[in-house]
Amino acid sequence: MLAKLVGWLLLGVVRLLTGAQARWYGCPPKAEQRIYFANHQSHADLVMIWAALPEELRSITRPIAARDYWANTPVKRWITTEVFNAVYVERQAPASDPSAAAPDEARAVDPLAPLVEALRSGDSIIIFPEGTRGHTGEPQKFKSGLYALATQFPEVVLVPAWIDNVQRVMPKGEIVPVPILCSVTFGAPIRVEAGEERRPFLDRARAAVIALRDV
Amino acid sequence: MNQFLRSLSPTQQVAALFLIVFGVLVIVSTAAFFLSFRERRNPVHDATWQAELAHFRKLLGTTWFMAVIFWIGWALGETVATVLFALIAFFALREFITLSPTRRGDHRSLILAFFVVLPVQFWLVATARFDLFTVFIPVYVFLAIPVASALADDPSHFLERNAKLQWGIMVCVYGMSHVPALLLLSFPGYEGKSAFLVFFLVFVVQTSVLVQHLISRRSQRAPFAPNVSRSFNWTSWGIGIAVASLVGALFSFITPFRFGQALAVSVIACIAGSMGHLVMKALKRDRGIPNWGQKGVGVTGANGLLDRVDALCFAAPIFFHSVRWYFGA
Repeated sequence: MLAKLVGWLLLGVVRLLTGAQARWYGCPPKAEQRIYFANHQSHADLVMIWAALPEELRSITRPIAARDYWANTPVKRWITTEVFNAVYVERQAPASDPSAAAPDEARAVDPLAPLVEALRSGDSIIIFPEGTRGHTGEPQKFKSGLYALATQFPEVVLVPAWIDNVQRVMPKGEIVPVPILCSVTFGAPIRVEAGEERRPFLDRARAAVIALRDV
Repeated sequence: MNQFLRSLSPTQQVAALFLIVFGVLVIVSTAAFFLSFRERRNPVHDATWQAELAHFRKLLGTTWFMAVIFWIGWALGETVATVLFALIAFFALREFITLSPTRRGDHRSLILAFFVVLPVQFWLVATARFDLFTVFIPVYVFLAIPVASALADDPSHFLERNAKLQWGIMVCVYGMSHVPALLLLSFPGYEGKSAFLVFFLVFVVQTSVLVQHLISRRSQRAPFAPNVSRSFNWTSWGIGIAVASLVGALFSFITPFRFGQALAVSVIACIAGSMGHLVMKALKRDRGIPNWGQKGVGVTGANGLLDRVDALCFAAPIFFHSVRWYFGA
């Protein structure tokens, strides 16, 4: 009940400040299982894409939140779990070699495990394959998690999304957001072609996201 | 008829005005709807005519929107009306800032503009502190904003960035705040009828913009400043002003002005409004965009708001101050 109220309130504030406009180019908003993958420029990206989705999709779509940022205070933890229904992931230190984050590498805990679990239970998810926030306009190279999920769940639709202007609303290190119109553009779904290697696929996925900047 | 209208109380008179406005709108909209309905089933006219009709329906939509806003503002009282105009100013400034590139160093100045300057200005209006409200932005804010920017320690494009922000505040906040301020002007023998004055200003300015637009479409005259506006020329501008001012003068019975006075203030408001529209067009061209909406068609409903209110933003302060100066209201 409280979560619903806070959700409404938050939605109102986000719409007042940014418009939270969703632009569906390439695919309609549809209640099928999807992985939305988007560029990452601000912590507010998660809130933006959550607000831009229509009500019916918002309830079946779970954003991915970095545990070290979104769960470090009780308030943020409560909002991410109760309002956003987020899936926490552990963020590894930014590796110099992007292939270091490969899931097939032996590690104690698979960072993708919570995502796999969410997808198994039939939810859609929102991921930011850059892993960390970019500082320039260009998204960084995509990490391989997207490829791993795409090959493991071939029936889930992969939808690229471009989040525009959010970094201007709340630049790194600021607390108070500024009202500036933002939009989330959703593009045509892509899929892993038969026999496609990891790197070419990730580059293609990144290009699909960047292409949405100018439509 | 006239006797009957005079016998009504001010409130009833304003209500009658809204009844007439909405009645006219309903008739025109119904006609436009059936026209487009018939065209869709059985097209008689060519594509340009169709485009004209679509354009006209869009203008009609704007008029509806404005009329409803004013009706709400009037029905719920002066404070609500002021809050309503503050919201419009907020959305207009949001659009303005979205399309003017800002840097990280501007963040604090932007917070100041949106969350301090805007509420304070409209609060000054609501409490009728006219002496402070006319100088708050041009004096205090214009000196405070650069200070906030300088403290952000980013000298690149400093003058340009500050000029943009100050211009945005001037047009969207300062200009817009003068519309509800009209509600608080007091003319002897005109108590309770200030809503007419707001209606008068908006009606006259919108008429001049509309007439000017229609005439420049019909006439094939060369535009005066083609790089800024492909439609602006002095002839259609003059006709627009003349028609709107005459209409304003004919409506002098709803204002505290006599015929000649109403004509004069209408001319002033129309010149300010149409010139303001031109200035905003130049700004848009500078940013390389045809209008202030977000790219493509939006769903938020706040898109292209600035296009609709820019003439008003320029006309309101000039109208307000010239009326206040001349009549001492």
